Amino acid sequence: MNKFGFAIKTPRSEDMDKVSLERYNMLLDRVPSFKRCFQCGCCSATCSARQYTEFSIRRIHTSFRRGEYEGLDEQLKKCMLCGKCTLVCPRGVNLRSLIINMRQILDETK
Amino acid sequence: MRKVAIIGAGPAGIEAASTLAKNGIEVTLFEKSETPLKNIQDKAFLFPNFQAAQEIADDLSGKLLTDGITTAFGVDIADIKWQGTEWKLIDAKNQTYVADAVLVATGYQVFDAHRKEELGYGIYKGVITSLDMEQMIKHGKILNANGDEPKRVTFLQCVGSRDEKSGNHYCSKICCVTAVKQAIEVRKQLPKCEASIFYMDLRMWGQGFEEMYRTAQEKYGVSFVRGRISEAAATFDGRVQLKSEDTLMGLPLKMTTDLLVLMVGMEASCGTKELGKACDISGDYGFIKSVNPHLYDNETGKPGLFVAGTCKRPMSVSDSINDARSAAIAIKDYLDTLPQ
Repeated sequence: MNKFGFAIKTPRSEDMDKVSLERYNMLLDRVPSFKRCFQCGCCSATCSARQYTEFSIRRIHTSFRRGEYEGLDEQLKKCMLCGKCTLVCPRGVNLRSLIINMRQILDETK
Repeated sequence: MRKVAIIGAGPAGIEAASTLAKNGIEVTLFEKSETPLKNIQDKAFLFPNFQAAQEIADDLSGKLLTDGITTAFGVDIADIKWQGTEWKLIDAKNQTYVADAVLVATGYQVFDAHRKEELGYGIYKGVITSLDMEQMIKHGKILNANGDEPKRVTFLQCVGSRDEKSGNHYCSKICCVTAVKQAIEVRKQLPKCEASIFYMDLRMWGQGFEEMYRTAQEKYGVSFVRGRISEAAATFDGRVQLKSEDTLMGLPLKMTTDLLVLMVGMEASCGTKELGKACDISGDYGFIKSVNPHLYDNETGKPGLFVAGTCKRPMSVSDSINDARSAAIAIKDYLDTLPQ
């Protein structure tokens, strides 16, 4: 096919019919405060790692929420667990625990 | 003649007093301060029609002259007690008053921005509250920390509202539209100054509010950033540097601004909290709880004890006035059921 300059691309849309939210639901069981997140971005705004790297905790937990887990384990290694995100969160989400649990769930369900 | 005591001379208290007095009921209006309408007189213009707050205050003050209203300003009602057939009101100096019914209209106070230390209010001069901004607009003197004309003014929504860390889970309802109103005012008074609003959701719930938002975008070029400011710091030249995430871009954002305006929310006033506790009618966050928000929103569940205005929940001035009128009807209905 490539010979003719054609290729079949995988769709990049979020397919909510096919996605499995099993790991996301595990996360909610372990960190119930995460249910309250309203996506204000305080966590990644205050994040020290975010200022210099691609690490974005808000993006990571949004991906988790949407059942997109690819590459997240690598991303999550960049967090230094300083806990500033937990301090600023206006909805009282325990972000430190969220990060540790995301790491663990991704590891358990490899 | 039936007697009603109203506690609090804000828009709700005064409106209810004049409605009742016009219906032949004798009203005593108590107010802790020496003058009425303090909160409304802190404002410059009211949304959505940019009417001068002073005009509304003057109109309401005029209603105090209605026959049948006695004013008792500078009287702090500390406690009220049901005596079986009537209410006894006791002030801070231990003087007592008697009434067939009581209307609690003790209002709100703004959130104390010092409590959000990370935003630097009271630490950096360039950080002010929406109330400070209202004063600047009122006097036509919008100035930065150095006393110069600002080049950029930035508003932050939800300070002390929708915030678990300050203990207020609720939305204060009026700050979204107030920020839009103030940003328009800034652009009107200082056409060269940029205005930005940091928001999480813009709740344009009232008639004309969405149109104001459109006007702010189209006519006044106000910029809107979807993200909450997590912290502010001072720069060497007396400006304020703030940190947020632009959640739509998914990128961290930093910005230096001359003035950071914190849109402080509404909390139950001290008087509301104390009286609510004393009469056992306190609900969430120290606001007074009505019996039913749909059907009996002015009743407290105690005989002859009614409630109106922002001591119940955050409300706009117009909502408070309407609520006061409905309270007046509820009080009249109650008085009519009493034995002659």
